[in-house]
Amino acid sequence: MGFLTYLINGLSLGSVYAIIALGYTMVYGIAKMLNFAHGDVIMIGAYVVFMCMANSGMPAVVSIVISIVCCTALGMIIEKIAYKPLRKATNLAVLITAIGVSYFLQNMALMLFGSNPVSFTSVINWQGISLAGGSLKITGNAIITIITCVVIMIVLMWFVKNTKPGQAMRAVSEDKEAAILMGINVNATISLTFAIGSGLAAIAGALLCSSYPSLTPYTGSMPGIKAFTAAVFGGIGSIPGALIGGLLLGIIEILAKAYISSQLADAIVFAVLIIVLLVKPTGILGKQIKEKV
Amino acid sequence: MNLYKNLNKSTQKLITTIGVIVLLYIVMSVMESTGNLSSLMKGLLVPVCAYSLVAVGLNLCVGYLGELSLGHAGFMCVGAFTSAFFSRATQETIPDVPRFILALVIGTAMAALFGFLIAIPVLRLRGDYLAIVTLAFGEIIKNVINVMYIGKDSKGIHFSIKDQLSLGMDLDGKMLINGPQGITGTPRQSTFTIAVVLLVLALIVTHNFVNSRTGRAVKAIRDNQIAAETVGLPVTKYKLIAFTISAAIAGVGGVLYAHNINSLTATTNNFGYNMSIMILVYVVLGGIGNFSGSVISAVILTMLPELLRGLSTYRMLIYSIVLIVLMLFNWAPALLKWRDDHGLTTAAILGKFKKKEVQ
Amino acid sequence: MSLLEVTNLGISFGGLRAVDEFNLSIEQGELYGLIGPNGAGKTTVFNMLTGIYKPTDGKIFLDGKDVTGKKTADINKAGVARTFQNIRLFGDQSVLDNVKIGLHNSFEYGTATGIFRLPKFFATEKEMDKKALEILSVFGLDSSADILASNLPYGKQRELEIARALATNPKLLLLDEPAAGMNPNETRDLMNTIALIRKEFGVTILLIEHDMKLVSGICEKLTVLNFGRVLAQGKTSDVLNDPEVIKAYLGE
Repeated sequence: MGFLTYLINGLSLGSVYAIIALGYTMVYGIAKMLNFAHGDVIMIGAYVVFMCMANSGMPAVVSIVISIVCCTALGMIIEKIAYKPLRKATNLAVLITAIGVSYFLQNMALMLFGSNPVSFTSVINWQGISLAGGSLKITGNAIITIITCVVIMIVLMWFVKNTKPGQAMRAVSEDKEAAILMGINVNATISLTFAIGSGLAAIAGALLCSSYPSLTPYTGSMPGIKAFTAAVFGGIGSIPGALIGGLLLGIIEILAKAYISSQLADAIVFAVLIIVLLVKPTGILGKQIKEKV
Repeated sequence: MNLYKNLNKSTQKLITTIGVIVLLYIVMSVMESTGNLSSLMKGLLVPVCAYSLVAVGLNLCVGYLGELSLGHAGFMCVGAFTSAFFSRATQETIPDVPRFILALVIGTAMAALFGFLIAIPVLRLRGDYLAIVTLAFGEIIKNVINVMYIGKDSKGIHFSIKDQLSLGMDLDGKMLINGPQGITGTPRQSTFTIAVVLLVLALIVTHNFVNSRTGRAVKAIRDNQIAAETVGLPVTKYKLIAFTISAAIAGVGGVLYAHNINSLTATTNNFGYNMSIMILVYVVLGGIGNFSGSVISAVILTMLPELLRGLSTYRMLIYSIVLIVLMLFNWAPALLKWRDDHGLTTAAILGKFKKKEVQ
Repeated sequence: MSLLEVTNLGISFGGLRAVDEFNLSIEQGELYGLIGPNGAGKTTVFNMLTGIYKPTDGKIFLDGKDVTGKKTADINKAGVARTFQNIRLFGDQSVLDNVKIGLHNSFEYGTATGIFRLPKFFATEKEMDKKALEILSVFGLDSSADILASNLPYGKQRELEIARALATNPKLLLLDEPAAGMNPNETRDLMNTIALIRKEFGVTILLIEHDMKLVSGICEKLTVLNFGRVLAQGKTSDVLNDPEVIKAYLGE
């Protein structure tokens, strides 16, 4: 039964990675940039939930909604101030700026909340279920996390396929110049993408800290990098790819922790990233992009 | 003086930089010997040189290869641990001076080797992917060092990735690498003089490299890879050479760093992501492609917050703002226009200089 | 034996057949034109000839040697150099250095020699400077040797690109729309320059061009490409009077 428990934990962690990976993959697909700060938005989201619940005694659902609003606003502000002016800048400049923003958020949080970890109260108040006569326990956290992830995926895929703003997002990611000619407001579309990604980051933050309750200003950076790995794994720019990549990566990490070495688990996850990028840089569901000569 | 004027601009700049470094070295040494240097400043002299070296190495990668590496702290880490390991292992058998020279050679060579091995796969990627993969390699190096246990006793070297006990050493044994506790008791041989000499050497090597046949090829590949291929440049070979040299210089920084402290551990702050970012700030603030600038900003950014104690809490925050503001300052259209209006763009400034020359 | 012999060359991108059954034979010393409407696949042919794209079918022989699918750098070493429609200079380096990079494979010294500034470094650099200035002087660019390549005026940038290509000592020079963006005067100068370098460097030239005055003025033979296929081939005057060609250019 040990293996099944690990598998379910892996799926649960993978679901969180998948939700975070959505933020990376959508932004990368549309703005062609690696938003390094995305992981830190998760951390901010988790702190907001923590403040609302622990300090102000608000119910979990209300706290999460507030956190979503805050993170959405934060994502849009970051995009407007730091990224938008750099649309025509080199890749290197954008990447360095994104790293700067990531670092800024971490250190702001460090000043506001201190470096000591705070103990996050789970937003899910359910013990979960017990199967096979009690030998297989599935926590409420795991069940809710997985369900949330699946629901988000379905809604997002529907949104991108069937709504006007969603179609605009696809058009911009396909060909920005053509989208402009078609009268699509590219700036608004990119802004919307950041908003959605950051809103999802708030949910991911709450779910992540419900399962791993120690919250510090650095909580977001590792899951952020791993989720980017997941996005690359699944194929950058692809929503189902983020789901597949996230789940696979979560399972790999938990199994590596259980069966190989808990200290080397991160190294193994990074090794996966390296291998994927070298063997199939376009990921499982990604498309080939070629430089025009 | 005429001889100096005949040299080209970049050589003149190199000589000026070395002159300033030597001057600073003399001032600091005099202050140290007359007891006018606070213990805090004294403790920073070698680390500043170590950071400057890593920054010079990273600048070769960012400025001339045109690729962002977030793993240079990892190469620094390799240089630090291999050299410290060697020094500890041979502490009783080799005299001080040759041992340190060997440690320096080994640390540099191992960092270069790691750089080379990592570059083979990594340099097939570009841009964001390359950055994230170098970051991953840096983290892997750090993680692996943290699970290494190596001890030495009368029977020889013992190795484990579990814990100290599973080494099964005799009572006379000593730990060389003790997992997360790292290496303790490395001889403190990095003097300020050695550090300055190495830094000056690194500046000369990088300057000569980028102004040579190979360096031109590297810059050509950075400027336009497809065009570089069509004039017959073996792109992969030159990228590998540049990346390997860049990693080796970071390794020298690691050797200096390791032989300046008693207890060497691999944490996020000294060899992880945070260190890579700090070095990146030095490179960006000093000017991408400008080696002297890297040294200047490393010196200022390390010394300043320590001098103004109040600043040190805000140090990291200031670093992040520096990164963002500098990028916006150089690239944001609105700011570029403002700079044009106030004569602050590179083009405008160069224009002023040119006019002066004509007069 | 012809210098360049291309047989049945073809390439597909996904489902799109960009170039199909392309045949071409260029003799030593010829000045050959490749023309055709936009999107006909001319630059794609250049990209295959220089190894930037790997052809799906067909063979490319240079001087009797099979260079099909070889790496771009190796094809250059075999004797093919080119310019680009959208100029690709090493913009952050001086005009002189751009040409010296073209000379890279003709003058050798190792990385260590450069780093340690051994005597061979100074001797070789001096020779390279001399040779580079010699090539630049053909284009009247020797006085601008120290300027950054990106600061040259547009027409001069095109000429520098040709100079850089010539520095690699090619047998075959491919020029992709050398007159693009030039006014009639500049185009006339360019025609003279092309004739001059052909004589000075003894190089065979294949060029893509839309400017019919230039094409009919200097090209001895032409191949017309339309929708990825050869529409007509032969002596310039014959090809330009071919009713099929006129139809393709003017439409029906």
